[in-house]
Amino acid sequence: MLLKNTYNELIKILSKPRSYLGLGALTILIGIIIFAMKADGESMVSFVTSSFEQTLSFNGKLVNGNLIAFIILQMLVVHIPLLIALVTGDLISGEAAMGTIRMLASKPISRTSIVLSKFFAGAIYTFVITIWLGILAVFVSHWVFGTGDLMVLNSDGLVILPESDILWRFGLAFCVAYLSLLTVATLSICLSAFAENSIGPIVATMAIIIIFTIIGSLDVSVFDSIKPYLFTTHMASWRSFFEQPVPFDEIMNSVVILLTHIVLLVGITIFKFNKKDITS
Amino acid sequence: MEQQTIIKVRNLSKKFGSFEAVKNVSFTVNKGDVFGFLGPNGAGKSTTIRCLLSLISPDSGEIELFGKSLNKNRSEILSNVGSIIEKPDFYKYLSAQKNLEIFARISGANVSRKEILEMLDFVGLGDRAKHKVKGFSHGMKQRLGIAQTLLHKPELIILDEPTTGLDPQGIIEIRNLILRLKNEQNKTILLSSHQLSEIELIANRMVIINQGKAIVEGTVTELLNSEETLVRIEVDEAGSAVQLIQAKFNPQEITQISSKELEVFISKSRVPELTKELVLAGFALHSIEPKRKLEDYFIKTIQS
Repeated sequence: MLLKNTYNELIKILSKPRSYLGLGALTILIGIIIFAMKADGESMVSFVTSSFEQTLSFNGKLVNGNLIAFIILQMLVVHIPLLIALVTGDLISGEAAMGTIRMLASKPISRTSIVLSKFFAGAIYTFVITIWLGILAVFVSHWVFGTGDLMVLNSDGLVILPESDILWRFGLAFCVAYLSLLTVATLSICLSAFAENSIGPIVATMAIIIIFTIIGSLDVSVFDSIKPYLFTTHMASWRSFFEQPVPFDEIMNSVVILLTHIVLLVGITIFKFNKKDITS
Repeated sequence: MEQQTIIKVRNLSKKFGSFEAVKNVSFTVNKGDVFGFLGPNGAGKSTTIRCLLSLISPDSGEIELFGKSLNKNRSEILSNVGSIIEKPDFYKYLSAQKNLEIFARISGANVSRKEILEMLDFVGLGDRAKHKVKGFSHGMKQRLGIAQTLLHKPELIILDEPTTGLDPQGIIEIRNLILRLKNEQNKTILLSSHQLSEIELIANRMVIINQGKAIVEGTVTELLNSEETLVRIEVDEAGSAVQLIQAKFNPQEITQISSKELEVFISKSRVPELTKELVLAGFALHSIEPKRKLEDYFIKTIQS
Protein backbone atom coordinates (compact mmCIF):
# COMPACT_ATOMS: atom_id res chain seq x y z
CA MET A 1 0.00 0.00 0.00
CA LEU A 2 2.91 2.34 0.81
CA LEU A 3 4.47 1.80 -2.63
CA LYS A 4 1.11 2.16 -4.37
CA ASN A 5 0.40 5.44 -2.61
CA THR A 6 3.93 6.73 -3.28
CA TYR A 7 3.20 6.06 -6.98
CA ASN A 8 -0.09 7.97 -6.55
CA GLU A 9 1.75 10.87 -4.95
CA LEU A 10 4.24 11.00 -7.80
CA ILE A 11 1.39 11.08 -10.31
CA LYS A 12 -0.15 13.99 -8.41
CA ILE A 13 3.16 15.87 -8.33
CA LEU A 14 3.77 15.23 -12.03
CA SER A 15 0.27 16.42 -12.92
CA LYS A 16 0.53 19.78 -11.14
CA PRO A 17 1.87 22.70 -13.19
CA ARG A 18 3.64 24.13 -10.10
CA SER A 19 5.92 21.07 -10.05
CA TYR A 20 7.50 22.25 -13.28
CA LEU A 21 8.00 25.79 -11.97
CA GLY A 22 11.10 24.65 -10.09
CA LEU A 23 12.63 22.94 -13.10
CA GLY A 24 11.73 25.87 -15.36
CA ALA A 25 13.00 28.52 -12.93
CA LEU A 26 16.22 26.56 -12.41
CA THR A 27 16.81 26.28 -16.14
CA ILE A 28 16.22 30.00 -16.68
CA LEU A 29 18.38 31.05 -13.70
CA ILE A 30 21.27 28.84 -14.73
CA GLY A 31 20.89 30.03 -18.32
CA ILE A 32 21.15 33.64 -17.10
CA ILE A 33 24.23 32.88 -14.96
CA ILE A 34 25.96 31.05 -17.80
CA PHE A 35 25.12 33.87 -20.23
CA ALA A 36 26.39 36.49 -17.77
CA MET A 37 29.62 34.58 -17.10
CA LYS A 38 30.18 34.02 -20.81
CA ALA A 39 29.71 37.73 -21.45
CA ASP A 40 31.61 39.18 -18.50
CA GLY A 41 33.13 36.29 -16.53
CA GLU A 42 36.78 37.20 -17.15
CA SER A 43 36.44 40.68 -15.66
CA MET A 44 34.47 39.31 -12.68
CA VAL A 45 37.17 36.77 -11.93
CA SER A 46 40.00 39.27 -12.42
CA PHE A 47 38.27 41.48 -9.85
CA VAL A 48 38.67 38.64 -7.32
CA THR A 49 42.19 37.62 -8.38
CA SER A 50 43.52 41.21 -8.49
CA SER A 51 43.98 41.22 -4.71
CA PHE A 52 46.28 38.16 -4.99
CA GLU A 53 48.24 39.25 -8.07
CA GLN A 54 51.04 40.82 -6.05
CA THR A 55 51.86 37.48 -4.44
CA LEU A 56 50.55 34.97 -6.99
CA SER A 57 50.70 34.55 -10.72
CA PHE A 58 47.59 33.09 -12.40
CA ASN A 59 48.06 31.10 -15.60
CA GLY A 60 45.58 29.16 -17.70
CA LYS A 61 41.83 29.36 -18.10
CA LEU A 62 40.31 30.53 -14.80
CA VAL A 63 36.76 30.94 -16.12
CA ASN A 64 36.01 27.29 -16.83
CA GLY A 65 33.12 24.86 -16.39
CA ASN A 66 34.21 23.85 -12.88
CA LEU A 67 34.27 27.44 -11.60
CA ILE A 68 30.90 28.23 -13.21
CA ALA A 69 29.36 25.06 -11.71
CA PHE A 70 30.69 26.07 -8.29
CA ILE A 71 29.31 29.61 -8.65
CA ILE A 72 25.94 28.26 -9.78
CA LEU A 73 25.75 25.92 -6.79
CA GLN A 74 26.69 28.70 -4.41
CA MET A 75 24.11 31.10 -5.82
CA LEU A 76 21.20 28.71 -6.17
CA VAL A 77 21.34 26.60 -3.04
CA VAL A 78 19.83 29.64 -1.32
CA HIS A 79 16.90 29.84 -3.73
CA ILE A 80 16.14 26.21 -4.44
CA PRO A 81 14.49 25.63 -1.03
CA LEU A 82 11.68 27.95 -2.15
CA LEU A 83 11.19 25.92 -5.32
CA ILE A 84 11.15 22.70 -3.29
CA ALA A 85 8.77 24.11 -0.65
CA LEU A 86 6.38 25.22 -3.40
CA VAL A 87 5.68 21.56 -4.10
CA THR A 88 6.32 19.78 -0.80
CA GLY A 89 4.53 22.41 1.33
CA ASP A 90 1.38 21.57 -0.60
CA LEU A 91 1.52 17.81 -0.20
CA ILE A 92 -0.71 17.48 2.89
CA SER A 93 -2.30 20.93 3.25
CA GLY A 94 -3.17 20.96 -0.47
CA GLU A 95 -5.25 17.81 0.07
CA ALA A 96 -7.00 19.51 3.00
CA ALA A 97 -7.66 22.64 0.94
CA MET A 98 -9.03 20.59 -1.97
CA GLY A 99 -11.08 18.32 0.29
CA THR A 100 -9.45 15.16 -1.07
CA ILE A 101 -7.91 14.46 2.35
CA ARG A 102 -11.32 13.07 3.42
CA MET A 103 -11.33 10.58 0.56
CA LEU A 104 -7.68 9.67 1.14
CA ALA A 105 -7.92 9.20 4.91
CA SER A 106 -11.09 7.11 4.69
CA LYS A 107 -9.33 4.49 2.55
CA PRO A 108 -7.76 1.34 4.01
CA ILE A 109 -4.32 2.90 4.18
CA SER A 110 -2.83 3.94 7.49
CA ARG A 111 -2.16 7.60 8.14
CA THR A 112 1.49 6.76 8.77
CA SER A 113 1.66 5.27 5.26
CA ILE A 114 0.02 8.40 3.84
CA VAL A 115 2.68 10.60 5.46
CA LEU A 116 5.54 8.29 4.47
CA SER A 117 4.36 8.04 0.87
CA LYS A 118 4.20 11.83 0.68
CA PHE A 119 7.69 12.04 2.20
CA PHE A 120 9.07 9.54 -0.34
CA ALA A 121 7.40 11.35 -3.23
CA GLY A 122 8.76 14.67 -1.93
CA ALA A 123 12.22 13.09 -1.61
CA ILE A 124 12.05 11.85 -5.21
CA TYR A 125 10.96 15.30 -6.42
CA THR A 126 13.82 16.91 -4.46
CA PHE A 127 16.21 14.38 -5.99
CA VAL A 128 15.02 15.24 -9.51
CA ILE A 129 15.51 18.96 -8.81
CA THR A 130 19.02 18.29 -7.42
CA ILE A 131 19.94 16.10 -10.39
CA TRP A 132 18.61 18.73 -12.80
CA LEU A 133 20.67 21.33 -10.98
CA GLY A 134 23.72 19.04 -11.29
CA ILE A 135 23.20 18.40 -14.99
CA LEU A 136 22.76 22.07 -15.79
CA ALA A 137 25.50 23.31 -13.46
CA VAL A 138 28.24 20.78 -14.18
CA PHE A 139 27.58 19.34 -17.61
CA VAL A 140 26.23 22.42 -19.39
CA SER A 141 28.95 24.60 -17.83
CA HIS A 142 31.60 22.17 -19.00
CA TRP A 143 30.03 22.10 -22.43
CA VAL A 144 29.95 25.90 -22.69
CA PHE A 145 33.18 26.83 -20.90
CA GLY A 146 35.32 23.71 -21.12
CA THR A 147 37.18 22.25 -18.17
CA GLY A 148 40.08 23.48 -16.06
CA ASP A 149 41.44 23.85 -12.52
CA LEU A 150 39.02 25.19 -9.91
CA MET A 151 39.88 28.25 -7.93
CA VAL A 152 37.89 28.54 -4.71
CA LEU A 153 37.99 31.48 -2.35
CA ASN A 154 37.02 30.55 1.17
CA SER A 155 37.59 31.82 4.71
CA ASP A 156 41.05 30.23 4.88
CA GLY A 157 42.18 31.84 1.63
CA LEU A 158 42.48 30.77 -1.97
CA VAL A 159 42.37 27.05 -2.84
CA ILE A 160 43.33 25.80 -6.27
CA LEU A 161 42.02 22.31 -7.04
CA PRO A 162 43.46 20.49 -10.05
CA GLU A 163 41.06 19.52 -12.83
CA SER A 164 41.56 15.79 -12.21
CA ASP A 165 40.58 16.16 -8.53
CA ILE A 166 37.24 17.90 -8.94
CA LEU A 167 34.49 15.67 -10.30
CA TRP A 168 34.23 13.45 -7.19
CA ARG A 169 33.97 16.59 -5.07
CA PHE A 170 31.01 17.77 -7.12
CA GLY A 171 29.43 14.30 -6.79
CA LEU A 172 29.67 14.28 -3.00
CA ALA A 173 28.79 17.98 -2.76
CA PHE A 174 25.52 17.27 -4.60
CA CYS A 175 24.81 14.39 -2.19
CA VAL A 176 25.13 16.73 0.82
CA ALA A 177 23.22 19.49 -0.98
CA TYR A 178 20.47 16.93 -1.62
CA LEU A 179 20.37 16.11 2.08
CA SER A 180 20.05 19.84 2.89
CA LEU A 181 17.22 20.25 0.39
CA LEU A 182 15.54 17.10 1.70
CA THR A 183 15.59 18.64 5.18
CA VAL A 184 13.79 21.68 3.75
CA ALA A 185 11.31 19.41 1.96
CA THR A 186 10.64 17.47 5.19
CA LEU A 187 10.19 20.71 7.13
CA SER A 188 7.59 21.97 4.66
CA ILE A 189 5.78 18.59 4.66
CA CYS A 190 5.74 18.76 8.47
CA LEU A 191 4.34 22.30 8.46
CA SER A 192 1.85 21.15 5.83
CA ALA A 193 0.37 18.68 8.34
CA PHE A 194 -0.51 21.60 10.63
CA ALA A 195 -2.17 23.73 7.93
CA GLU A 196 -5.33 23.66 5.88
CA ASN A 197 -4.02 25.79 3.02
CA SER A 198 -1.02 25.62 0.69
CA ILE A 199 0.46 29.08 1.15
CA GLY A 200 0.99 28.90 4.93
CA PRO A 201 3.52 26.03 4.97
CA ILE A 202 5.46 27.46 2.01
CA VAL A 203 5.77 30.90 3.62
CA ALA A 204 6.48 29.39 7.04
CA THR A 205 9.26 27.20 5.62
CA MET A 206 10.98 30.18 4.02
CA ALA A 207 10.48 32.24 7.19
CA ILE A 208 12.13 29.53 9.30
CA ILE A 209 15.07 29.28 6.87
CA ILE A 210 15.53 33.08 6.90
CA ILE A 211 15.27 33.33 10.71
CA PHE A 212 17.67 30.41 11.30
CA THR A 213 20.12 31.80 8.72
CA ILE A 214 20.08 35.20 10.42
CA ILE A 215 20.60 33.60 13.84
CA GLY A 216 23.45 31.55 12.35
CA SER A 217 25.16 34.58 10.88
CA LEU A 218 24.79 36.82 13.95
CA ASP A 219 28.01 37.01 15.90
CA VAL A 220 26.24 37.06 19.27
CA SER A 221 27.34 34.69 22.02
CA VAL A 222 23.81 34.04 23.23
CA PHE A 223 23.14 32.05 20.02
CA ASP A 224 26.44 30.16 20.06
CA SER A 225 24.98 27.16 21.86
CA ILE A 226 22.15 26.62 19.37
CA LYS A 227 23.94 27.47 16.13
CA PRO A 228 25.54 24.01 15.72
CA TYR A 229 22.07 22.40 15.88
CA LEU A 230 20.31 24.61 13.35
CA PHE A 231 19.90 22.81 10.04
CA THR A 232 20.63 26.04 8.18
CA THR A 233 24.15 26.03 9.69
CA HIS A 234 24.78 22.78 7.81
CA MET A 235 23.03 23.61 4.55
CA ALA A 236 26.25 25.00 3.06
CA SER A 237 28.45 22.13 4.26
CA TRP A 238 28.64 20.86 0.66
CA ARG A 239 31.20 23.63 0.20
CA SER A 240 33.59 21.77 2.52
CA PHE A 241 34.27 19.26 -0.28
CA PHE A 242 36.09 22.07 -2.06
CA GLU A 243 38.56 22.62 0.77
CA GLN A 244 42.02 21.12 0.90
CA PRO A 245 42.19 18.80 2.81
CA VAL A 246 38.49 17.89 2.92
CA PRO A 247 37.21 18.11 6.56
CA PHE A 248 35.33 14.81 6.48
CA ASP A 249 34.63 14.92 10.24
CA GLU A 250 32.83 18.25 9.93
CA ILE A 251 30.90 17.02 6.92
CA MET A 252 29.87 13.84 8.74
CA ASN A 253 28.71 15.95 11.66
CA SER A 254 26.58 18.03 9.29
CA VAL A 255 25.18 14.88 7.66
CA VAL A 256 24.22 13.45 11.06
CA ILE A 257 22.51 16.71 12.11
CA LEU A 258 20.62 16.98 8.82
CA LEU A 259 19.53 13.31 9.04
CA THR A 260 18.45 13.84 12.66
CA HIS A 261 16.31 16.79 11.53
CA ILE A 262 14.74 14.67 8.78
CA VAL A 263 13.91 11.80 11.15
CA LEU A 264 12.53 14.16 13.81
CA LEU A 265 10.43 16.13 11.33
CA VAL A 266 8.99 12.96 9.74
CA GLY A 267 8.22 11.67 13.25
CA ILE A 268 6.43 14.91 14.19
CA THR A 269 4.46 14.81 10.92
CA ILE A 270 3.36 11.20 11.50
CA PHE A 271 2.37 11.96 15.11
CA LYS A 272 0.44 15.10 14.16
CA PHE A 273 -1.32 13.52 11.17
CA ASN A 274 -2.32 10.45 13.16
CA LYS A 275 -3.84 12.63 15.90
CA LYS A 276 -5.53 15.01 13.49
CA ASP A 277 -9.33 15.10 13.27
CA ILE A 278 -10.16 15.56 9.63
CA THR A 279 -12.98 18.07 9.68
CA SER A 280 -12.29 19.92 6.41
CA MET B 1 -33.93 -15.34 11.12
CA GLU B 2 -31.71 -12.81 12.88
CA GLN B 3 -30.42 -10.04 10.67
CA GLN B 4 -26.70 -9.49 10.30
CA THR B 5 -25.55 -6.23 11.88
CA ILE B 6 -23.30 -4.16 9.65
CA ILE B 7 -22.92 -1.03 11.79
CA LYS B 8 -23.24 -0.96 15.54
CA VAL B 9 -22.63 2.37 17.27
CA ARG B 10 -22.86 2.52 21.04
CA ASN B 11 -22.73 5.69 23.18
CA LEU B 12 -20.61 7.62 20.71
CA SER B 13 -19.52 11.05 21.95
CA LYS B 14 -17.28 13.70 20.49
CA LYS B 15 -16.42 17.19 21.69
CA PHE B 16 -14.68 19.97 19.80
CA GLY B 17 -13.38 22.19 22.58
CA SER B 18 -16.38 22.81 24.80
CA PHE B 19 -18.87 22.07 22.01
CA GLU B 20 -20.44 18.62 22.23
CA ALA B 21 -21.00 17.65 18.60
CA VAL B 22 -22.18 14.11 19.37
CA LYS B 23 -23.66 13.00 22.67
CA ASN B 24 -24.05 9.29 23.43
CA VAL B 25 -25.36 8.40 19.99
CA SER B 26 -26.32 4.76 19.45
CA PHE B 27 -27.84 3.06 16.42
CA THR B 28 -27.66 -0.16 14.45
CA VAL B 29 -27.67 -0.74 10.70
CA ASN B 30 -28.55 -4.19 9.41
CA LYS B 31 -27.42 -5.90 6.24
CA GLY B 32 -29.39 -4.75 3.20
CA ASP B 33 -30.73 -1.63 4.95
CA VAL B 34 -30.94 1.73 3.33
CA PHE B 35 -30.56 3.48 6.63
CA GLY B 36 -31.57 7.12 6.83
CA PHE B 37 -29.48 9.31 9.08
CA LEU B 38 -31.73 12.27 9.46
CA GLY B 39 -31.19 15.56 11.19
CA PRO B 40 -31.03 19.29 10.65
CA ASN B 41 -27.79 21.02 9.72
CA GLY B 42 -25.32 20.91 12.60
CA ALA B 43 -27.11 17.99 14.28
CA GLY B 44 -23.95 15.87 14.43
CA LYS B 45 -24.54 13.67 11.38
CA SER B 46 -21.26 14.42 9.63
CA THR B 47 -19.25 14.10 12.85
CA THR B 48 -20.78 10.67 13.48
CA ILE B 49 -20.07 9.60 9.90
CA ARG B 50 -16.50 10.87 10.11
CA CYS B 51 -16.10 8.78 13.27
CA LEU B 52 -17.40 5.74 11.32
CA LEU B 53 -14.71 6.34 8.71
CA SER B 54 -11.99 7.00 11.30
CA LEU B 55 -11.54 10.56 10.08
CA ILE B 56 -12.33 11.77 13.58
CA SER B 57 -11.39 10.02 16.81
CA PRO B 58 -14.38 9.80 19.14
CA ASP B 59 -13.89 10.79 22.78
CA SER B 60 -15.85 7.76 23.95
CA GLY B 61 -18.13 5.03 22.69
CA GLU B 62 -17.80 1.96 20.52
CA ILE B 63 -18.00 1.53 16.78
CA GLU B 64 -18.30 -1.92 15.26
CA LEU B 65 -18.52 -2.53 11.55
CA PHE B 66 -19.11 -6.04 10.20
CA GLY B 67 -18.94 -7.24 13.81
CA LYS B 68 -15.40 -5.95 14.35
CA SER B 69 -14.05 -3.03 16.32
CA LEU B 70 -13.15 -0.15 13.98
CA ASN B 71 -10.34 0.86 16.28
CA LYS B 72 -8.59 -2.49 16.02
CA ASN B 73 -9.44 -3.50 12.44
CA ARG B 74 -9.42 -0.17 10.62
CA SER B 75 -7.81 -1.22 7.33
CA GLU B 76 -9.72 -4.48 7.02
CA ILE B 77 -13.03 -2.73 7.69
CA LEU B 78 -12.42 0.28 5.44
CA SER B 79 -11.53 -2.00 2.52
CA ASN B 80 -15.18 -3.05 2.60
CA VAL B 81 -16.62 0.47 2.89
CA GLY B 82 -17.23 3.03 0.16
CA SER B 83 -18.03 6.58 1.12
CA ILE B 84 -18.79 10.11 0.08
CA ILE B 85 -18.41 12.63 2.85
CA GLU B 86 -20.32 15.83 2.12
CA LYS B 87 -19.30 16.87 -1.39
CA PRO B 88 -16.95 14.56 -3.24
CA ASP B 89 -13.72 16.39 -3.97
CA PHE B 90 -11.30 15.15 -6.56
CA TYR B 91 -7.94 16.12 -7.99
CA LYS B 92 -9.16 18.76 -10.41
CA TYR B 93 -6.04 18.62 -12.54
CA LEU B 94 -6.57 14.90 -13.25
CA SER B 95 -9.13 13.19 -15.49
CA ALA B 96 -12.08 11.24 -14.08
CA GLN B 97 -10.34 7.99 -14.98
CA LYS B 98 -7.02 9.01 -13.39
CA ASN B 99 -8.84 10.06 -10.21
CA LEU B 100 -10.52 6.67 -9.99
CA GLU B 101 -7.21 4.93 -10.68
CA ILE B 102 -5.65 6.81 -7.77
CA PHE B 103 -8.40 5.82 -5.33
CA ALA B 104 -8.57 2.27 -6.71
CA ARG B 105 -4.87 1.72 -5.94
CA ILE B 106 -5.45 2.36 -2.24
CA SER B 107 -8.88 0.76 -2.01
CA GLY B 108 -7.53 -2.59 -0.86
CA ALA B 109 -8.76 -4.40 -3.97
CA ASN B 110 -7.35 -5.07 -7.42
CA VAL B 111 -9.42 -2.94 -9.73
CA SER B 112 -8.60 -3.20 -13.44
CA ARG B 113 -8.74 -0.30 -15.89
CA LYS B 114 -11.65 -2.09 -17.61
CA GLU B 115 -13.59 -2.15 -14.34
CA ILE B 116 -12.92 1.57 -13.84
CA LEU B 117 -14.29 2.35 -17.29
CA GLU B 118 -17.32 0.11 -16.63
CA MET B 119 -17.93 1.97 -13.38
CA LEU B 120 -17.79 5.31 -15.18
CA ASP B 121 -20.35 3.93 -17.62
CA PHE B 122 -22.53 2.79 -14.69
CA VAL B 123 -22.72 6.34 -13.34
CA GLY B 124 -23.19 7.85 -16.79
CA LEU B 125 -19.71 9.34 -17.17
CA GLY B 126 -18.33 6.85 -19.70
CA ASP B 127 -17.88 9.52 -22.35
CA ARG B 128 -16.12 11.88 -19.91
CA ALA B 129 -13.50 9.42 -18.66
CA LYS B 130 -10.57 11.34 -20.15
CA HIS B 131 -11.89 14.79 -19.21
CA LYS B 132 -10.30 16.70 -16.36
CA VAL B 133 -12.50 16.96 -13.26
CA LYS B 134 -12.07 20.76 -13.12
CA GLY B 135 -14.61 21.00 -15.95
CA PHE B 136 -17.21 18.82 -14.22
CA SER B 137 -20.50 20.12 -12.86
CA HIS B 138 -21.45 19.44 -9.24
CA GLY B 139 -23.80 16.65 -10.35
CA MET B 140 -21.07 15.00 -12.40
CA LYS B 141 -18.71 15.14 -9.42
CA GLN B 142 -21.38 13.51 -7.26
CA ARG B 143 -21.75 10.71 -9.80
CA LEU B 144 -17.98 10.35 -9.97
CA GLY B 145 -18.04 10.23 -6.17
CA ILE B 146 -20.49 7.33 -6.29
CA ALA B 147 -18.28 5.58 -8.86
CA GLN B 148 -15.37 6.02 -6.45
CA THR B 149 -17.36 4.47 -3.60
CA LEU B 150 -18.23 1.41 -5.70
CA LEU B 151 -14.84 0.73 -7.31
CA HIS B 152 -13.71 -1.91 -4.85
CA LYS B 153 -17.19 -3.48 -4.56
CA PRO B 154 -17.73 -2.62 -0.89
CA GLU B 155 -20.54 -4.18 1.11
CA LEU B 156 -21.31 -0.95 2.97
CA ILE B 157 -21.77 2.43 1.34
CA ILE B 158 -21.85 5.60 3.42
CA LEU B 159 -23.26 8.66 1.71
CA ASP B 160 -23.18 11.93 3.62
CA GLU B 161 -25.55 14.48 2.11
CA PRO B 162 -25.09 13.12 -1.43
CA THR B 163 -27.64 15.44 -3.03
CA THR B 164 -26.58 18.72 -1.42
CA GLY B 165 -26.28 21.48 -4.00
CA LEU B 166 -27.75 19.45 -6.83
CA ASP B 167 -30.51 20.66 -9.13
CA PRO B 168 -33.79 18.65 -9.17
CA GLN B 169 -32.62 16.57 -12.12
CA GLY B 170 -29.36 15.80 -10.32
CA ILE B 171 -31.22 14.82 -7.15
CA ILE B 172 -33.39 12.39 -9.11
CA GLU B 173 -30.33 10.91 -10.83
CA ILE B 174 -28.49 10.32 -7.54
CA ARG B 175 -31.63 8.96 -5.89
CA ASN B 176 -32.16 6.49 -8.75
CA LEU B 177 -28.51 5.50 -8.55
CA ILE B 178 -28.86 4.74 -4.83
CA LEU B 179 -32.00 2.70 -5.48
CA ARG B 180 -30.15 0.74 -8.18
CA LEU B 181 -27.38 -0.03 -5.67
CA LYS B 182 -29.94 -1.34 -3.23
CA ASN B 183 -32.06 -3.25 -5.71
CA GLU B 184 -29.45 -4.55 -8.16
CA GLN B 185 -26.41 -4.97 -5.93
CA ASN B 186 -28.05 -5.45 -2.50
CA LYS B 187 -25.68 -2.98 -0.84
CA THR B 188 -26.12 -1.77 2.72
CA ILE B 189 -26.37 2.00 2.55
CA LEU B 190 -26.11 4.60 5.30
CA LEU B 191 -27.60 7.76 3.88
CA SER B 192 -27.21 10.96 5.82
CA SER B 193 -29.45 13.79 4.80
CA HIS B 194 -31.48 16.74 5.93
CA GLN B 195 -33.66 16.23 2.84
CA LEU B 196 -36.64 14.55 4.45
CA SER B 197 -38.24 13.52 1.19
CA GLU B 198 -35.05 11.76 0.19
CA ILE B 199 -35.03 9.57 3.30
CA GLU B 200 -38.76 8.91 2.98
CA LEU B 201 -38.37 7.77 -0.63
CA ILE B 202 -35.24 5.70 -0.27
CA ALA B 203 -34.71 4.50 3.30
CA ASN B 204 -36.33 1.53 5.01
CA ARG B 205 -34.91 2.34 8.48
CA MET B 206 -33.74 5.56 10.03
CA VAL B 207 -32.47 7.40 13.05
CA ILE B 208 -33.26 11.02 13.79
CA ILE B 209 -30.43 13.00 15.32
CA ASN B 210 -30.63 16.50 16.74
CA GLN B 211 -28.18 18.59 18.75
CA GLY B 212 -25.81 15.63 18.85
CA LYS B 213 -28.37 13.20 20.28
CA ALA B 214 -30.13 10.29 18.60
CA ILE B 215 -33.79 10.92 19.26
CA VAL B 216 -35.57 8.00 17.66
CA GLU B 217 -34.65 4.92 15.63
CA GLY B 218 -36.83 2.46 13.74
CA THR B 219 -38.29 1.54 10.38
CA VAL B 220 -39.53 4.45 8.31
CA THR B 221 -42.95 2.82 7.92
CA GLU B 222 -43.36 2.20 11.63
CA LEU B 223 -42.21 5.65 12.62
CA LEU B 224 -44.49 7.36 10.16
CA ASN B 225 -47.52 5.20 10.81
CA SER B 226 -47.33 5.14 14.57
CA GLU B 227 -48.43 8.74 14.82
CA GLU B 228 -51.61 10.45 13.83
CA THR B 229 -51.83 11.73 10.32
CA LEU B 230 -52.35 15.34 9.41
CA VAL B 231 -55.12 15.56 6.82
CA ARG B 232 -55.97 18.69 4.86
CA ILE B 233 -59.61 18.80 3.77
CA GLU B 234 -61.20 21.13 1.24
CA VAL B 235 -64.96 21.41 1.63
CA ASP B 236 -67.69 23.94 0.77
CA GLU B 237 -68.17 25.02 4.43
CA ALA B 238 -65.07 24.48 6.55
CA GLY B 239 -66.59 25.95 9.74
CA SER B 240 -69.49 23.48 9.88
CA ALA B 241 -67.19 20.62 8.92
CA VAL B 242 -64.91 21.47 11.88
CA GLN B 243 -67.89 21.27 14.26
CA LEU B 244 -68.97 17.92 12.80
CA ILE B 245 -65.49 16.42 13.04
CA GLN B 246 -65.05 17.64 16.62
CA ALA B 247 -68.37 16.13 17.61
CA LYS B 248 -67.90 12.79 15.87
CA PHE B 249 -64.16 12.13 16.13
CA ASN B 250 -62.86 14.32 18.97
CA PRO B 251 -59.47 14.78 17.21
CA GLN B 252 -56.30 15.74 19.04
CA GLU B 253 -56.04 18.90 16.98
CA ILE B 254 -58.19 20.58 14.32
CA THR B 255 -57.59 23.92 12.59
CA GLN B 256 -59.72 25.87 10.19
CA ILE B 257 -57.31 27.24 7.58
CA SER B 258 -59.84 29.23 5.54
CA SER B 259 -63.57 29.26 4.81
CA LYS B 260 -63.07 26.18 2.66
CA GLU B 261 -60.03 24.45 4.17
CA LEU B 262 -59.25 22.72 7.42
CA GLU B 263 -56.50 20.50 8.83
CA VAL B 264 -57.07 17.72 11.30
CA PHE B 265 -54.79 15.30 13.17
CA ILE B 266 -56.46 11.94 13.03
CA SER B 267 -55.48 8.29 13.01
CA LYS B 268 -54.79 7.08 9.50
CA SER B 269 -57.27 4.19 9.94
CA ARG B 270 -60.10 6.64 10.62
CA VAL B 271 -59.63 8.69 7.44
CA PRO B 272 -62.11 6.58 5.35
CA GLU B 273 -64.71 6.92 8.13
CA LEU B 274 -64.14 10.68 8.28
CA THR B 275 -64.61 10.97 4.51
CA LYS B 276 -67.81 8.95 4.68
CA GLU B 277 -69.24 11.11 7.50
CA LEU B 278 -68.55 14.35 5.65
CA VAL B 279 -70.20 13.05 2.47
CA LEU B 280 -73.21 11.69 4.38
CA ALA B 281 -73.60 15.04 6.16
CA GLY B 282 -74.00 16.66 2.76
CA PHE B 283 -70.67 18.52 2.53
CA ALA B 284 -69.27 19.02 -0.94
CA LEU B 285 -65.89 17.37 -0.46
CA HIS B 286 -63.43 18.84 -3.01
CA SER B 287 -60.24 17.18 -1.80
CA ILE B 288 -58.74 15.27 1.09
CA GLU B 289 -54.97 15.16 1.28
CA PRO B 290 -52.90 13.29 3.85
CA LYS B 291 -50.16 15.72 4.96
CA ARG B 292 -48.74 13.64 7.77
CA LYS B 293 -45.40 12.66 6.31
CA LEU B 294 -41.85 12.52 7.44
CA GLU B 295 -41.47 16.28 7.43
CA ASP B 296 -44.15 16.73 10.05
CA TYR B 297 -42.90 13.79 12.04
CA PHE B 298 -39.37 15.13 11.88
CA ILE B 299 -40.32 18.63 13.02
CA LYS B 300 -42.55 17.26 15.75
CA THR B 301 -39.85 14.88 16.98
CA ILE B 302 -37.19 17.56 17.03
CA GLN B 303 -39.45 20.06 18.77
CA SER B 304 -40.42 17.51 21.39
